[in-house]
Amino acid sequence: MTKSHTKKLIRVTFSYVVLIIFCIISIYPVSQVLTVSLRPADRLLSTSLEIIPDNATIANYINLFVKTDFLLWMWNSLLITSSVTLTGVILAATAGYGFSRYKFVGKKAAMQSMLVTQMFPATMLLLPMYIMLVNLGLINSYLGIMIMYSATALPFCVWQMKGFYDTIPSSLEEAGRIDGCSQFQTFYLIVLPLAAPALVITALFSFMSSWTEYVVAAQILQDTAMWTLPIGLKSFESNMSTEWGLYGAASMLVTVPVVVLFLVLSKYLVSGLTLGSVKG
Amino acid sequence: MNQSLRQKIFIFFLVTPALIILLGVVVYPFVYNVIISLSNMNLRHIKDWEIVGFRNYAKVFTEPSQPDFYVIFIKTVIWTIVNLFFHVVIGVFLALVLNQKEIRGKGIFRTILVLPWAVPQLIVALTWRGMFNYEYGSINQILGKVGLPAVEWLRSPTEAFAAAIITNVWLGFPFMMVIALGALQSIPHDLYEAADIDGASWYHKLRTITLPLIKPVMVPAITLGTIWTFNNLNIIWLVSNAGEPSDSTHILVSFVYKAAFNFYRYGYGAALSMIIFFILLIFSVVFMRKTKVTEAVY
Repeated sequence: MTKSHTKKLIRVTFSYVVLIIFCIISIYPVSQVLTVSLRPADRLLSTSLEIIPDNATIANYINLFVKTDFLLWMWNSLLITSSVTLTGVILAATAGYGFSRYKFVGKKAAMQSMLVTQMFPATMLLLPMYIMLVNLGLINSYLGIMIMYSATALPFCVWQMKGFYDTIPSSLEEAGRIDGCSQFQTFYLIVLPLAAPALVITALFSFMSSWTEYVVAAQILQDTAMWTLPIGLKSFESNMSTEWGLYGAASMLVTVPVVVLFLVLSKYLVSGLTLGSVKG
Repeated sequence: MNQSLRQKIFIFFLVTPALIILLGVVVYPFVYNVIISLSNMNLRHIKDWEIVGFRNYAKVFTEPSQPDFYVIFIKTVIWTIVNLFFHVVIGVFLALVLNQKEIRGKGIFRTILVLPWAVPQLIVALTWRGMFNYEYGSINQILGKVGLPAVEWLRSPTEAFAAAIITNVWLGFPFMMVIALGALQSIPHDLYEAADIDGASWYHKLRTITLPLIKPVMVPAITLGTIWTFNNLNIIWLVSNAGEPSDSTHILVSFVYKAAFNFYRYGYGAALSMIIFFILLIFSVVFMRKTKVTEAVY
């Protein structure tokens, strides 16, 4: 075996070891939630280190569907989250492009003021935000919460898209323009497909920021019929004792859509589309 | 219609929708907060508050509070730096490892590694709190198995603070990993091929190709990550159970939350929020000057 082969073997083995260690670190706390959800009695603590507890039961999962409005919460959350994700992706894809490719008056100020919006401690925006939504009649409305969530996720998404567009050489668009594409066509047909990994991150981020959000949702959606998953989950602990079993089961199910979404989107995350699109 | 006017209209339609939403949702609450910070709004003056000037700001710096403002500020800085350091180092490292072409099962690894980000923070915090429990928690049990003494994680100030940091590091690295993975895809392969022909070492390629080319994507993520970590209320609040033991684990934002929502000192809380805001503003301006992030690389 040559020297470079041995080196490569060591590198690959080391990589797998690192990945497996971090996978264990990532999974372990989640497996704790699984344990709680499978425990027969409502206990959070136990000295056992086993992941599948003795006399494991799926009673908590059944109760979740039979005794609580879990499906309704799931539906509400899906509705809100998918709208926010779609809005986030469209607005960030366009705004990011404008910021990346063109010079215009107030560009720097606009970029920086978007960053500034992130610096304000969220807890102190709550009271004024609530008053504003009451005045606009947007309390207990999906529109109200969708606007709030889109606004929270947008600054990062726009910055992120802009950063990614910056790495795409503008010679591609010039070539497109020479071939007779309009400005919108070069954006839509040439640049956007190349930005697929960034679009995936934008979508994931928008999805995550609204899927698990509790504080704002609890202020805006007071009608129990409009509750989202995090509010529903929190309600398990509002009684005298926390229903840990239900809590654990719901937590597991809340995580599933995110994992599915990530599985679907991740092939675009590493699509490597720039490969071969620029010569020289 | 001439060329430059058309371009102006195109830019206008690209940028305006996002800006309108932001202005509406952020500017009004911001102005409102400035007014409250100059007022005496608290539990006794909830409706009949009046403007009292900069009294609240003076209180933040001079009033002997328990814990002290300067101590909390230093803790917040430590909290932010330690968290960000591990988020970025672990995240970029895992992305580089995952991005090697010899690795099989990338999809499975990626999905498992993103789990900490996928689980709702509320659940994460309470689960880790359970794991840090002195008698029952799995962390002390694992420490015991390898022959190390059990740690009083949640009952002593330093350890409780460390517990919150560990939880937040666990929670935050997948985000940076995903960003770095996305950024790595934009690097053309021929750059590495050219470097290989020149006989460049692994480290040399990392320094001269990989890191400079993922920078435009990483720097905004790091800037925002710093701001979010500085302002991250959830984890420190839930893991330390509202600052236990005896308010010694606060960072600035959880201290504000306690002042405003547990003690109803709205004016004081708003003033402290303004101070947090200015600290972050100064940080970002300096950081962006240094990294020149608003300029394009090509």
